[in-house]
Amino acid sequence: MGQNGLQGSAAELLVIIRINGKNFEAPANSTVAVALLMAGQTTFRLSVSGEVRAPLCGMGICFECRVTIDGQCHARSCQIPVREGMDIQTA
Amino acid sequence: MIVIVGAGPAGIGAAQSARECGAEVIVVDDNASPGGQIWRGESRTLPDGVRFVSCARVVSGDATAKTLLIETAEGAREIAYTKLILATGSRELFLPFPGWTLPGIFGVGALQALAKAGLPLRRKRVLVAGSGPLLLAAADYFRRKGADVVLIAEQASRTSLARFALTMLRHPGKLLQAVQLQSNLFGVPAKHGCWVAAAEGKDRLERVQLRRGTHTFSEEIDYAAIAWGLVPNTELALLLGCDSIAGTGGVDVSLFEGRIAGFLAAGREDLARELYPRCEKALQFAAALDRAFALRPEIRRLAQPETIVCRCEDVTFRRLQDCGSFRAAKLHTRCGMGPCQGRICGPAARCLFGWPDAASVRPPVLPARIETLATVSTSAH
Repeated sequence: MGQNGLQGSAAELLVIIRINGKNFEAPANSTVAVALLMAGQTTFRLSVSGEVRAPLCGMGICFECRVTIDGQCHARSCQIPVREGMDIQTA
Repeated sequence: MIVIVGAGPAGIGAAQSARECGAEVIVVDDNASPGGQIWRGESRTLPDGVRFVSCARVVSGDATAKTLLIETAEGAREIAYTKLILATGSRELFLPFPGWTLPGIFGVGALQALAKAGLPLRRKRVLVAGSGPLLLAAADYFRRKGADVVLIAEQASRTSLARFALTMLRHPGKLLQAVQLQSNLFGVPAKHGCWVAAAEGKDRLERVQLRRGTHTFSEEIDYAAIAWGLVPNTELALLLGCDSIAGTGGVDVSLFEGRIAGFLAAGREDLARELYPRCEKALQFAAALDRAFALRPEIRRLAQPETIVCRCEDVTFRRLQDCGSFRAAKLHTRCGMGPCQGRICGPAARCLFGWPDAASVRPPVLPARIETLATVSTSAH
């Protein structure tokens, strides 16, 4: 998917978020995990032995979707709604 | 004050009962809106007059002082209760197989939750696999979202499910739902006695190897939705010293048990009793489901020596196989000591190794901010 925006219906409200320093549009009612997946981000974090990891449980239990949001590390991206201007760092 | 943890079917049911009896009710939930996992995105509401604390994690509790410690984006605070109802729901059972940590492999309810939060599935090749009635419901949902469901792979045998179909004659409502689902899924390939044996891909899922009897075949897919059943979230109940925990039973059992708990908490056992027969019938259905979808032994043998079992601490099957208990595994390998605190690997390890002990539970039951923990020590002195 191109970096110039995420797909969505024209009627959908969008917010602008930063993912690893690049701007993306995301549906206002989506979660950070969904916005990352829509932006083509497959890796969310690296495991303790350096494996790539991404969401597993989708409901805040497994902690595999951890990213850094506005400087706060270990945020569960599947449980957090996107917000205008949010700054997200993945592995 | 009746405090209810969880705003899924059981929590909503409990809140209804308690409000009908005129009690003051607070409902606390980890999510932004009520409905739990099953009614996610369906704008379910709590009864009028209920205070809803959303996006709140219950980090700890004290059954003697009758308080819960909760953490929200605004900070930590304690909530006092006179009666507490734990309706903490279930998570999915995940079992390790080679490649199961690859990005692109989700739980079944997980992919549904992500789709409900806006993840586009149009034209995505999706495999739905594992076990349980959720597979069909989720496959139906994915298809309505435009996904190309390449296969539904249910590990239970056709014989086992046929026996279950007979049980369903005693539950006409359920039978109707099942027939509806089957007709919605007309044309979607589905196999019984079939399971995922391995996943492959470079830095993300590309294909899965499936097995059916002695036959092995592979599917190229974008996403895999795989889960082997449900596990109740019992951590908070164990922390607070509950010795009898109702467990998982599906949406009907949850509603009835929630309704019953709400009446009991409000001191109206007479009203609770009226629901016992219907709850009993729902429990019988749940028990029949459990029997029908019991895991075949092959599923417990999918993990290879180097397959990771604990995803937080990257502990392999090989390092765990001689541990003998979950406690020993924790001490020797750090299995279950990462951020999920054994919520994923604990049930998997019990299923794989048959270890008798559950993961021991100590506060905080979820990772918490240091300021939150400071709240406990302040209030304890």
